[in-house]
Amino acid sequence: MRGAPETISLIRPRSAAEAVRAFARRPEAVPLAGGTDFMVGWNAGVWNHAVVLDLSQIREWTAIKPLRRGVRVGALATHGRLLRHPLVRGRLPLLAQACAVIGGVAIQNRGTLAGNIANASPAGDTFPPLAVYEALVHTVSARGRRTVRFLEVFAGVKKTWLEPSELIEAVEVPFPRRPPARQMFRKVGTRAAQALSKTVAAGLLWRTRDGRVEELRFALGSMAPTVRRLPKVEAFVAGRKTTPAVVEQACRLLDEEVSPIDDVRSTAEYRMHVSRNLLRSFLVERA
Amino acid sequence: MLRLTVNGKGRSVKGHPFKRLLDVLREDFGLTGTKEGCGEGECGACTVLLDGEVANSCLIPVCQVAGRRVETVESLGTPERLSVLQRAFLADGAAQCGICTPGMLMTSWAWVRGGGSADPAAIRDLLAGNLCRCTGYQHIVDAVADAVRERKRAAPRAGRRKRRR
Repeated sequence: MRGAPETISLIRPRSAAEAVRAFARRPEAVPLAGGTDFMVGWNAGVWNHAVVLDLSQIREWTAIKPLRRGVRVGALATHGRLLRHPLVRGRLPLLAQACAVIGGVAIQNRGTLAGNIANASPAGDTFPPLAVYEALVHTVSARGRRTVRFLEVFAGVKKTWLEPSELIEAVEVPFPRRPPARQMFRKVGTRAAQALSKTVAAGLLWRTRDGRVEELRFALGSMAPTVRRLPKVEAFVAGRKTTPAVVEQACRLLDEEVSPIDDVRSTAEYRMHVSRNLLRSFLVERA
Repeated sequence: MLRLTVNGKGRSVKGHPFKRLLDVLREDFGLTGTKEGCGEGECGACTVLLDGEVANSCLIPVCQVAGRRVETVESLGTPERLSVLQRAFLADGAAQCGICTPGMLMTSWAWVRGGGSADPAAIRDLLAGNLCRCTGYQHIVDAVADAVRERKRAAPRAGRRKRRR
C-alpha cells in the first residue's frame, strides 16, 4: 500500500494563530513539520485517511533566536540549521554534535528538533544533550501557553504528555552557567551516520577548585522507554574525586537507572556494557 | 494552484498538493533523472536540492515546496556539455548500475558548488545518506574530490561562497 493523497484532509495554516485554531477544531489531526518520520509511514500507506496539519508555512517558527542565557529554537528549525549555527556550535556543542549525526545531510536539512521531540522516539540523538542542558519546551494551544521541562515531555515510547490540540512552538536551550570542565557526546550505532543508536550519551561535568566533582549531568538515550538522566549516579559522584573506586561504583549505579531491551538494533546486555563504558570513559581522568 | 521553480523554470502543479515531490518531478514534469530507491529516506537515490540544500524528494509533499527552488540532476549538464562533477564521475568510473548516481551527484554538487573540501573523510561523511551497492564508494569519493580540485583550479574564488550542503 502507498500513500494515497486523495484520501487525506490537508490543513495548511499560514500562521501560528491559524494553526492553533485549526488544531483545536480538528484534534485528531497529525501535525507535520519536516516530515522525515511522518513521510516514511506515509509512503507505506499508514497515514491514508488521516487529517494532516502541515505546519511548514508558519514563518514565525523557523527562527533560532539568541536569548540572554540561551537559545530559543523555533519549532521549525532544522537539525542542519542548528548544527551550523555559531551560538549552538560555540555554547551548546553537544547539541551541535548530536544534530550532525542524525541521519544523513538530507535528513538533517529537513528534520526539526521540535518534530523529533514530539515524535518521542527512545533513540532521539539530540535528547541526551537536551537533557543535560536542561532544555525547556514551550507549547501553545487554544487554552494558552505552557512551558514544560524537557524530560517531562515524554510519557513513553513514542508518547508525550502533550495535550490534545497542543503544539510545540519552540525549544529553549539554556547555556551552562559556566563552562564545564568536561563534556561529551557519543552515539553508538551500527554505522557512523544514518543509523539509529544502540546507545547515545551526553555528559557535562564541573569541578571544584580542589578537584572534586561539583556537578555531574549525564543522560542516556535508547536505554529506556524515554531518555534518562542518571540522578543516582549524579548525586553519588557530586562532591567526590573521580578515583577508580568512585568511577566503578558510579558504573554499578547506572544499572539501576536504565532498563534497555533486546531489539533489532542491539541487545540489552550490549547496551548496558557500552553505556557503562561511556560513563567510565567520561569520568576517568586521562593523563 | 501551487507554483515552484524547477531547474530555473517556474512550474505549476495541477495534481494533489500532498503528492510527493519525487512523483511530481517524474510523472508531471517528466524529469525521470531523480530515482526512487527505498522510499524511506535511507538511500538518497531521490536526492534533489531544495533552495540549494540537499533533501530527499520521497519525503516531501509537494505543498511544502510551494514558492521554493528545486534543482534536479537534469540541471547539472547536457550530454554535450557535462558539468565538472559529471566529467569527474565519468573519468573516475564512479557509476555502475546508475540508480544511485543522480542522488550522489546532487548531494556532491551542493558540496562542490558551496566550496566544500577535497578531504576524503569529509566527503564520506557528506555522502553517508547516499547508498551505492556497486562501486564500493572509493571511485565516487575520488570523483567528488577531483571535482572539488578542478573547480578550485578553474575558479579559485569559488571557495569563498558560503558553504551549504
